[in-house]
Amino acid sequence: MKDMMRSAMVIARRDFSAVIFTRTFLFFLLGPLLPILIGMAFGGLSEKISNDSLRPAMGLSMPPAQAARMLDAREAIARRIGADHISALKAAPWPADPQQLLARSDAGYAAVVSGSVDRLVLTGQRADIARLEGDVRLIASAAEMRATLPEVRVERNPVALSASGQAQARLTTGRAAQILMFLLTMLLAGMVLSNMVEEKNNKVIEILAAAVPIDAVFLGKLVAMLSMSFIGIFFWAVCALAGMGLLAGPGFALPTPAVGWPVFLLLALLYFAMAYCLLGSLFLGIGAQAATVREVQTLNMPVTMGQMVVFFFATYAVDHMGSAPEIAAAVFPLSSPFAMIARAAQDAALWPHVLALAWQALWVALIIRMGVWLFRRHVLHSGTKRPLFRRRSPPAS
Amino acid sequence: MIGDTLTPQTAYAVEAHGLVKTFGDFRAVNGIDIAVPTGTIYGVLGPNGAGKTTLLRTLLGIVDPDEGHRTLLGDPQPLRQSRLVGYLPEERGLYPSMKAYDAIAFMGALRGLPLKIGRERARAMLEAHGLGASADKPIRQLSKGMAQTVQLFGTIVHEPRLIVLDEPFSGLDAINQGKLEALIREQARAGVTVLFSTHVIAHAERLCERIAIVAGGRIRFEGSVAKARDRLRPQVTLRTRSSDGPWRRALPGETLAQDGAWHFALPDGGIEPLLRALLDADAGIESLSIERPGLHDAFVAIAGEAVARQMEEDRAREDTA
Repeated sequence: MKDMMRSAMVIARRDFSAVIFTRTFLFFLLGPLLPILIGMAFGGLSEKISNDSLRPAMGLSMPPAQAARMLDAREAIARRIGADHISALKAAPWPADPQQLLARSDAGYAAVVSGSVDRLVLTGQRADIARLEGDVRLIASAAEMRATLPEVRVERNPVALSASGQAQARLTTGRAAQILMFLLTMLLAGMVLSNMVEEKNNKVIEILAAAVPIDAVFLGKLVAMLSMSFIGIFFWAVCALAGMGLLAGPGFALPTPAVGWPVFLLLALLYFAMAYCLLGSLFLGIGAQAATVREVQTLNMPVTMGQMVVFFFATYAVDHMGSAPEIAAAVFPLSSPFAMIARAAQDAALWPHVLALAWQALWVALIIRMGVWLFRRHVLHSGTKRPLFRRRSPPAS
Repeated sequence: MIGDTLTPQTAYAVEAHGLVKTFGDFRAVNGIDIAVPTGTIYGVLGPNGAGKTTLLRTLLGIVDPDEGHRTLLGDPQPLRQSRLVGYLPEERGLYPSMKAYDAIAFMGALRGLPLKIGRERARAMLEAHGLGASADKPIRQLSKGMAQTVQLFGTIVHEPRLIVLDEPFSGLDAINQGKLEALIREQARAGVTVLFSTHVIAHAERLCERIAIVAGGRIRFEGSVAKARDRLRPQVTLRTRSSDGPWRRALPGETLAQDGAWHFALPDGGIEPLLRALLDADAGIESLSIERPGLHDAFVAIAGEAVARQMEEDRAREDTA
């Protein structure tokens, strides 16, 4: 075992330096930031557009006094519940035919409110009427009751957190961790697919196979890619924290997970490593069967779909802590890391994580062994009569 | 030497019995027995497709045999002895972006040599062979011959006890072939066992103490080069002034008259009875030569004319390439 680990580290060091000390690694680091920056720029722009001009407003075609009452009432409600939660009203020409107003492309009315406060007419498409009718009635009621509308005061009695709120917040943290882990795994583990193609194409595999066990080659490659991924994650995390600091200000905070932030972050790191190794070892085994880069590219799509299935399974289970699907997701090796990080956000018990990590590590070893067996059998054309697992024989004297 | 304490020297560096390796319906290795004495230069001789590479790969543990068993430095699991073994495969393989000295050190590290020592030795080896200026160049910038030399250094940088070379002369020009021969002899002088495969008889004849002639996945001959040559009797060529006389009765039955000379294999009783008859009959001996057959002749006799012809064709093809 010691020899195998040593050999694996030799391979890992070679692969790691071959990737890190290249210009392409810089693109690898910067690559994921570009869509985020572009997304943020376009997101801000679209939000502005949405706020400024694209949000549909109702045209108010009423006598000026009535229109003023309606607009005042809408403002009063907006102050209480927030402007985003009540439909906007915009003064429209009066008198005018509501249908003609709706037909005007420059006005952009979603519907037109006409008539009087106590006898409203809402003109618009059927779906818009259904959507906006409640708001219009509420505004009109407020306008009618302006003088007599009672305002009941509420005594504030704040608590740190309610059980329901805490559970919801933790669930949010769990989901966020799951999604982040999945995105990172999908982004990074797929690269392992093509890892053995280089060795096969430039015949180095013969040198490796003659010198070290193939298990060490697989393990070394996995360790190298995982280390490279950690560098990427560290870089992106620093960028993300800087970005969040700039955008959200000093008050920004995520809901605290059940196990606490330090343990949660440690577990997230370990579960990411496990998810990476589980999927990576599977991809390595599959990719090692491919003879050319084209074959690897063809394999990419089904492999990504497989990842999606695993993720959806784990995501479904996160809402049902302790249920059969949640336990199944925690036990099934490929979904286990995703299910368990969500559990860490919601449940403070630590022993399930020790068990889960050991279970996942066992499966990493099993999948590597299986990949090696297939590689020896189908690529090296060896071991037709060699068992998948064999007992260690005593060293030669 | 690394690992000297791990495994004691055995009488045979490599031993195999009844090795069989099949690919589909094709038996690449078909019941081979081989024993490579420790400290010798041992050649596996045969045409392309004879099963030499598969035999070496099986002996090294790259592939497992379907039948039979083998030991490498006394160990039935060859990979466990990889620290003491150097291997140069027929299809050369190096990472193109690696620097020359790093590639050598990496190959050593795979076999247990610390990287730092490997790098120092790599630079020294390249320097000693006039390649010091190329030490920091990536492999992709080296010529084919230089890259092969780098790989050869990678094969021996960890000072192995057994070196296995698969068609090591393939692709090398005459000068580099000479250097490689010198390097093999140097290693053998240091007590290293060298096992190599070749389809060029001359290399085996010059270098090997023992050979195995392989054809069709089987060993047709195993033993010393001298023993192989002894399979054929020395050839006698006789020229006389007189073309006929009673002395002709002393010539062996299978004597061939060609180009004004008599050709025959040296009789079991030696040359003396014939000499006596020639002198008594005053045949007038112009010339008499007794030549031991070369390994090529022995190879033809052992493996057959067709196999020998294939070897010649393989070599001609390689020379053209």
